[in-house]
Amino acid sequence: MGWTGQVLRVNLTKGTCTPEALNKDWAGQYLGQRGLGSKYLVEETDPKVDPLSPDNKMIFATGPLTGTCASTGGRYSVITKGPLTGAIACSNSGGYWGAELKFAGWDMIILEGKADKPVYLCIIDGKAELLDASEIWGKSVWDMDAWIKSRHQDPMMHVSGIGIAGENGVLYSCIINDLHRAAGRSGVGAVMGSKNLKAIAVRGTGGVKVDDFPAFLAATSAAKEVLAGNAVTGEGLPAFGTQVLMNVINEAGALPTRNTREVQFEGAHDISAEAMAKPSGKDGKPNLLANQACFSCTIACGRISKINEEHYTVRNKPEYWHASGGLEYEAAWALGAATGVSDLDALTYANFICNEQGIDPISFGATLGAAMEMYEDGALTDKDTGGLKLNFGSAEALTQATELTGKAEGFGKELGMGSKKLCDKYGKPELSMTVKGQEFPAYDPRGIQGMGLTYATSNRGACHLRSYTVSSEILGIPEKTDPLVTDGKAGLVKAFQDATAAVDSAGLCIFTTFAWTLEDIAPQIDGALAGEWSVDRLLEIGERVWNLERQYNLQAGFTAKDDTLPKRLLKDAAKTGPAKGLVAGLDKMLPEYYAVRGWTEDGVPTNETLSRLAL
Amino acid sequence: MKITLKLYATLGAFLPPGAARNAIQLDVADGATIADVLARQSVPREACHLILVNGVFSPPASAHARELVDGDTLAVWPPVAGG
Repeated sequence: MGWTGQVLRVNLTKGTCTPEALNKDWAGQYLGQRGLGSKYLVEETDPKVDPLSPDNKMIFATGPLTGTCASTGGRYSVITKGPLTGAIACSNSGGYWGAELKFAGWDMIILEGKADKPVYLCIIDGKAELLDASEIWGKSVWDMDAWIKSRHQDPMMHVSGIGIAGENGVLYSCIINDLHRAAGRSGVGAVMGSKNLKAIAVRGTGGVKVDDFPAFLAATSAAKEVLAGNAVTGEGLPAFGTQVLMNVINEAGALPTRNTREVQFEGAHDISAEAMAKPSGKDGKPNLLANQACFSCTIACGRISKINEEHYTVRNKPEYWHASGGLEYEAAWALGAATGVSDLDALTYANFICNEQGIDPISFGATLGAAMEMYEDGALTDKDTGGLKLNFGSAEALTQATELTGKAEGFGKELGMGSKKLCDKYGKPELSMTVKGQEFPAYDPRGIQGMGLTYATSNRGACHLRSYTVSSEILGIPEKTDPLVTDGKAGLVKAFQDATAAVDSAGLCIFTTFAWTLEDIAPQIDGALAGEWSVDRLLEIGERVWNLERQYNLQAGFTAKDDTLPKRLLKDAAKTGPAKGLVAGLDKMLPEYYAVRGWTEDGVPTNETLSRLAL
Repeated sequence: MKITLKLYATLGAFLPPGAARNAIQLDVADGATIADVLARQSVPREACHLILVNGVFSPPASAHARELVDGDTLAVWPPVAGG
C-alpha cells in the first residue's frame, strides 16, 4: 500500500508504453522517489553514458506519500544523468502533477530511447500513449499547457514538460509542471528535449490506498498540527515565503553578490519580500498578490506575483500582465544579487520568462553574473555578446539575456552552456562559481561555513537542497550552530544530507522539516506502507541513497578532486560583514567528512560502509 | 549613543515615522539592551524570533541582558525560513 504497484516503461524509440510491476524489494531498501528512482537508474544505465544520448534514461518517480493527504504529499522527482554536470541528477517538484500520476495508477515512469519526431506522453488513468507534438514543438510551457488541455477538452489535466530552452539543449533547462512549479536543477529539461519528448500530460481519477488507514490518518493529522502550530511553517512561510531570507542573509554577510565578488548587496532590500509586499504601480497593488499551496500542502509558501504594467519589460506586452509564479528567494538572489540588479519588476519578468521557457533561474542568473564579470574585465567584448552591454546592475541586460537564453538565440546560446563551459571558453575558468559544473545558490560559504562543505560534496553539483545547514547556522533550526566556524560541520552536513535524502524519497517537501523531524515523518510512512518504518530505518535509507549516488558519480568519473570550491571562496576573504577576513574552510572540514561518512581519504566508500548499507 | 534599528516582515509596522527601507537610526541611552530598544518601539517580544546584532546571531532569550554599543545595527525578524 502507498503504492499502486505499477511502473510505466516508455520506449520512445519503439513508441511503446508497457506496464510492469514496481520492484517492491527495492522500495523496501530505497523508500521511493529520489532513492528508488536512483536505484532504477543505477541498475539500468551506464554511469558513463552521454546524458543527451538515447542511451540515457529519465525517470519520473513519486514517493509512497505522493497523492495522499499527508501534508505536502504531492512531490515527484526526475532522475537521470545530468547534462550540466555529468553527475546523477535528481530534481524535485511540487504542484499537482505528481499526485495526478498516482491517481492515474502509476508510481513511476521510465523513459528510454529517443522519439524520431516530437511527441508527448498522454496518460489518462490506465491508458498511456505517445501522441504527435509537432504543433507544440517550439511553443512555450504556458502555450503547451493550454494546447494540451484544449485538445483533450480537460482543464483538470496536469502537464509536466519543457519550453523552448529544453528543446534547444540549454544545459540548465528545467521541467515545468502546473505552469510554474519546476524540477529545476541540473538540466533535466535538456534530457527531455534530447528525447524529442515535449510533455507528459496526466489525468487520474483514482486514489492512493494506505496500509493502515486509522493509523495513517492519526499520524498525518498530528503532523499537520505540528506544522500549523510551528511559528515558521504556520506563520512565517505562508506570509513571507522564502524571499524573507534576502535581508536575513544580507545582514549575515553571506549573500553572494556580483558573481560572488562581495558578500553583501546594497540593493538587497529592493528585491526582498518586504519590497514585494509594498504597493507599487498605478493600480496601487504590490508585486505579491497571494500565496499558493501545492497539492495537499498546509504551509503554502508559493508566491503569486504581477509585474507593474508600466514597467519597460511589459509596457507593450499585455500577455505578461497576468498573475503568475513570483520570485522565490533563490531565483531573486540569482537574477538580482548575482547580477547586481535591484529592479524588482525586471527580476519578476525574468522569472516569468524562466518559467515560460523552462530555465533554471539559479544557474541562469549565476551564469549571467559570471558573464558580466568577464565583460567588465574585458574577456568578453561587445562582438562576443552581439552588442549586449553586460554591465553589472543593468536590468536591461538581465531581461534581454533571459529572453535570448530562453530562445537559445544570439549570445543566449552561449549563456545556455552554463558558467563553467562559458568561463572555460573565454579563458576565465576561475570566474565560474560552480561545483561539479553546477552553479551554487544563494549562500556564501565564507559566511556560512557548513554550506561550503554542502556544495563541495553535493552529489548533483552545488546545491542548497541537499543539506540545508542554513537552517541550523543562521535560523537556529533545530538548534543553533555558529556559521563562522568549521568545527562540527562535517557531522552536521552528513546528518542533514541523510535526513534530506529520506524526506526526498518519501513524496514530501523538505520545507516541512523546519517543523518536523523524522519522528513526525516515520509514523506517516508507517501508516501508509506495510512493514515497520522507524526513524532509524529512514536514516539508514537516507545514508544508503547518499552512498548510491556517490557510487554512481565515482563510476561516472568523478573523484575527490571534484569535492572542492571555486578558488575565489578558498583564497579571497570576505570583505565585509561578520565573515570579514574569512575564507571557506573546506580543507578543515572535508577530511573529517570523509571519515564520518565511512569513506577513504580519497572519498571512496569503504567496503565496510558499502556492506553495512547493503550496497 | 546612536544605533540602527531594522525591523523586518510584519515587525516593520513597529518602526517609527521616518524609517526607510525597514531601518531607522535611533538615539538610545548608553548601555541600552536589545530588550530596551524593542520595548521602546512596543515590539512584542514573543514575535522576535531572529535577532542579529551587526549580522551576528543573538539569542532572543538573552535580549534583556545583551547591551548594545554605539554604532550597532540591531535587526529583528518574526518567524522566518526559506531555501
